[in-house]
Amino acid sequence: MTAPLVQLQDISKSYRRGTQIVPVLTNISMAIESGEFLGLMGPSGSGKSTLLNLIAGIDQPDSGRLEVAGIDIGGLSEARLADWRASNVGFIFQFYNLMPVLTAFENVELPLLLTPLTRRQRREHVEAALALVGLDDRKTHYPNELSGGQQQRVAIARALISDPHLIVADEPTGDLDRESAEDVLRLMQTLNADLGKTIIMVTHDARAASHAHAIMHLEKGELSAREENFRP
Amino acid sequence: MYFLKLILRNSFRHKLRTALTLAGLVVAIVAFGLLQTVVTAWYNNANMASATRLITRNAISLVFPMPVSYRQKIRAIDGVRAVAYANWFGAIYKEPKNFFPQFAIDDAYLDLFPEFVVSEAERRDFQRDRKGCVVGRKLAEVYGFKLGDNLTLKGTIFPGEWTFVVRGIYDGASKKTDLSQMFFHWDYLNEVVKQRYRRRADQIGFYVIEAAHAEDMARISVEIDSQFKNSTAETLTETEKAFQLGFVSMTESIVVAIRLVSYLVIFIIMAVMANTMAMTARERIGEYATLKALGFSSGFVAATILGESMLLAMLGGAASIALTFPLAVEFSKHTGSLFPVFQVSPDTVMLQCACAVIIGLLAALLPARHAAQVRIIEGLRSIG
Repeated sequence: MTAPLVQLQDISKSYRRGTQIVPVLTNISMAIESGEFLGLMGPSGSGKSTLLNLIAGIDQPDSGRLEVAGIDIGGLSEARLADWRASNVGFIFQFYNLMPVLTAFENVELPLLLTPLTRRQRREHVEAALALVGLDDRKTHYPNELSGGQQQRVAIARALISDPHLIVADEPTGDLDRESAEDVLRLMQTLNADLGKTIIMVTHDARAASHAHAIMHLEKGELSAREENFRP
Repeated sequence: MYFLKLILRNSFRHKLRTALTLAGLVVAIVAFGLLQTVVTAWYNNANMASATRLITRNAISLVFPMPVSYRQKIRAIDGVRAVAYANWFGAIYKEPKNFFPQFAIDDAYLDLFPEFVVSEAERRDFQRDRKGCVVGRKLAEVYGFKLGDNLTLKGTIFPGEWTFVVRGIYDGASKKTDLSQMFFHWDYLNEVVKQRYRRRADQIGFYVIEAAHAEDMARISVEIDSQFKNSTAETLTETEKAFQLGFVSMTESIVVAIRLVSYLVIFIIMAVMANTMAMTARERIGEYATLKALGFSSGFVAATILGESMLLAMLGGAASIALTFPLAVEFSKHTGSLFPVFQVSPDTVMLQCACAVIIGLLAALLPARHAAQVRIIEGLRSIG
């Protein structure tokens, strides 16, 4: 039996709000297997985005142990964590977070600038990624020249480009109409099924969550039991 | 390359804001350049002073004269190569606003100032004509003086109407030569003074002494002043540079004020630019957080802000320097003979470059630091 890709043990996290300390996550333990597509659901303020941020290495837990692919990311320095994120995590954000001054091609190319790839190799990778998300004819377009769904697909291509083990998606369909949301979710399913990417998706939308293999609920910083989704 | 592309596109993202910031920068750096040029112009005569010329004047004050008879005694001092003398005339041409320096000079005076270049023929014509005068090229251009023209001045120190004939127009041996002066014969002045104000005859305002060797200057000046100690007109001899700086020191507070204003202008635009960069960085905090989430370092994020600030400052600086030269020419035209030499010096250009660099660096300092330190989750929260 192989070790889970993501393993959390007694993870706690709180934030300071003025003079008050507000606990967000309390002794969370969970494991996510490689190749899974997990949906994290919960009401606003339940800590689901915080949990996702911890797993993605953009925030640090107060206590507990957090391992991704066998690496204790809680113990990494900020610089090493940045390097780790660059090669191990792909991000999909609710508002796409594309650089408005860069074209679709340049946005997708961005993470590759942190790799030793040549310009030609980068171009080949970017063209392949844009073709995968069906935007090879939009590569010279700037984000403001693309629809919401197209922008999210560019963001997905950017998340894929460095071939990470793990893709984290925070409300990826939250800003999209139903049709575009369906397209994006189907694309994420393809990444999971065909490319073997492990995806953790935060959503409050049950329809979006239904695309995942399993759903976990967070409420008041505590994790409920895992629900397996029926897959035909 | 990618980094430069990002900086370039970010810089022109808000075209109006960038244009206004650049306009502010250009106005400030041009103003700084012009004010510095005013200061340089103020010191021009002192900076152009010869290393081997001494000036002897009445020890009490420049306004008190000395006897012309001192010339022979000064000439006899060991190490003195030549002596000339002159009187400040201070007359008005048509209206008081038409100010330009006029000197009544002896025959040797122009030989001691090789920076005033007069053709041999014009020099001969000047020597032959008792009422002849030589004017600088700039003066001739400003007032339209031509060879053979009559030039009438209204005397103030030596009252009455004085008519001269333009016999020569001098050019400068260098670009920094003062071309706004007028010279005429001291003999003519003395002749008229003898008739009108007999007690003021045979008096001169200052002597110009050329030393054979610069190292003898200190000894010669001491010897000259000792020579006339306890006489009715004691002398004060100093280098030409010290003599010229004496004039500047009379107006030193103005120079200090101009300098202060020029630096104040730079300080103000620095604050404006810092505010622009801070506003820019604040607006893009989500983008910086995204870059950091993707694995870019805090240093990279700070460098994009610094690069953008430096690019704007450099563009503004380059445009300002290019504009300073034609504006200095226009400024000089409008100030008439107030600044005989008004040229943008290489030092001023260097200072303008330095200002642009400092503005670019300091304006980006705090926003870059803030963007580098911002936590990713806080930055991401600002989006949406």
